[in-house]
Amino acid sequence: MLQVEAVHKSFGDFTAVYGANLTVEHGELVAVIGPNGAGKTTLFNLITGQLKPDKGRIAFKGEEITELPPYKICKRGIGRSFQIVNIFHRLTVFENVQVAVLSHKRQSSNLFSPARSLAVEETNRLLESVSLANKASNIAGSLSHGDQKILEIAISLGNEPELLILDEPTAGMSPEETAATMALIKQLAGTQGLTILFCEHDMEVVFDIAQSIMVMHHGQTLIQGKPEEVRRNKEVQDAYLGGVEIVEGG
Amino acid sequence: MFKELSDSKQLWLVVGILIVLLIWPMLMPRFYIYILSLIFVTALLAMSLNLTIGYGGLFQFHHGAFYGVGAYTFALMLTKTSLPMWVGFVVGPIVAAVTGLLIGWFCVRLSQLYFGMLQISLGSLIWAIVFRWYTFTGGDDGIHGIPRPAVLSSSNNVYYFILLVLVICLAALYVIVKSPFGATLQAIRDNPQRCEAVGINVRRHQLTAIVIATFFAGVAGALFVVLERFVFPDLLFWTLSLEIFIMCLLGGWFTFAGPMLGAAIIVALRIFVGKYTQYWTLILGVILILLIFFLPEGVMGYLLEKLKPRIKEATERG
Repeated sequence: MLQVEAVHKSFGDFTAVYGANLTVEHGELVAVIGPNGAGKTTLFNLITGQLKPDKGRIAFKGEEITELPPYKICKRGIGRSFQIVNIFHRLTVFENVQVAVLSHKRQSSNLFSPARSLAVEETNRLLESVSLANKASNIAGSLSHGDQKILEIAISLGNEPELLILDEPTAGMSPEETAATMALIKQLAGTQGLTILFCEHDMEVVFDIAQSIMVMHHGQTLIQGKPEEVRRNKEVQDAYLGGVEIVEGG
Repeated sequence: MFKELSDSKQLWLVVGILIVLLIWPMLMPRFYIYILSLIFVTALLAMSLNLTIGYGGLFQFHHGAFYGVGAYTFALMLTKTSLPMWVGFVVGPIVAAVTGLLIGWFCVRLSQLYFGMLQISLGSLIWAIVFRWYTFTGGDDGIHGIPRPAVLSSSNNVYYFILLVLVICLAALYVIVKSPFGATLQAIRDNPQRCEAVGINVRRHQLTAIVIATFFAGVAGALFVVLERFVFPDLLFWTLSLEIFIMCLLGGWFTFAGPMLGAAIIVALRIFVGKYTQYWTLILGVILILLIFFLPEGVMGYLLEKLKPRIKEATERG
């Protein structure tokens, strides 16, 4: 569904991504792992168009999307959440999600009908599915960090994406919140059949739920494979885990 | 208009204000009819600016340029052609909107302050053209004695005409602000990056907002000509743009009606304090300093904040 081929990106002298490769098949739950600064977020920004790659090719459903602006990539069916909470702070929770739903229904430029009566059902259903319905009228900026991260995901679902990209969905969450979020992701992938690409620091979580794992190190792809393959891979153990086999049996 | 008030109360408030405004000319001397007419024109101008500044978060720093373009277009059509007035009244705002489209097209490619600086430069260019082109625009003399149709010969009729146009424009602006377009515009103000990621063409959306805002600025410009029967290059000078900007801040740029209140305060200050001293802006300066310290959300924002607990109490009791 998604192919990233030999993508490069540098900022001045610093090379953030240096030959990254990634394949996501339809219906898969794929994780990208790697130490801080490995280039995971940059890679996601390249896929969703926030950044343009210097070299390489990105294709979605067989069509090249490398040079497209973010809003066009979104219209093609890729939704994303951000690592650092990126919501509409002054708007209510409901309005946050409604903006995305309206965009999906191509109603954003509608000048004449009142917004409060449009896309209400879809928005409420979405909020219901991520358990934020009881906070619908709260101002988004006043939510707890955990809820804001969930709202992030809800906003990205507003466009009914085929591929959902989550950049560290559990960053800064308490263990309980992390567990709840992971359950949500599992449910989105399982019952709703969404294809999900995410990155995450918690190895236990990654090896538990991901069907395919891509390992990044210094901006490069070391390997992409099934969790067992990645776990057994000597190169990964040496380079990324520094020889300590903490993933054994994880 | 006051989102904390219930719908029916809002409606009654608006109706009440309208009734007062409708009977105003019957009770007041001509001077006060004129002042209120001028406040209406300025209020529409400030409201149009607020669509871009308050709702869009765009640094629309030279809104006066479009006001002037609307006024000049209308004035030139009345003096240089024999077309009926209403044609000019439609063409004026359209020319203002086209100017907004041209200038905005460049501006939306820049962010924040750069947007504002480019707009001041391009707007000042229009001012310079108007200021210098004696044979066409009358240069720094402006255009005087612009003819008015017989219907608009009395100051009362002018008052009612301006009020009518103002009410129509405000209703249109209200619908726009509450539409999906308006909701999306506010979302872009809060977080343009996120909007791009949910599939919104941010630049096109901002440009549309600028075109709408400059159209209404053009309407205000045409109304100015109906009221004053003259135009002069100061209408496009950047200091006027600054004044409108202050009206939005003063009234409360996160409220719908705030800019109107700001416009009323500033026009009244200019007229009543300006009678005693030409340095009335000094008092404006002091008011602004106090505003920044004590009413960061503007006068309307402050009033709503004060009203909120009382309304809450009332609804809990009721």
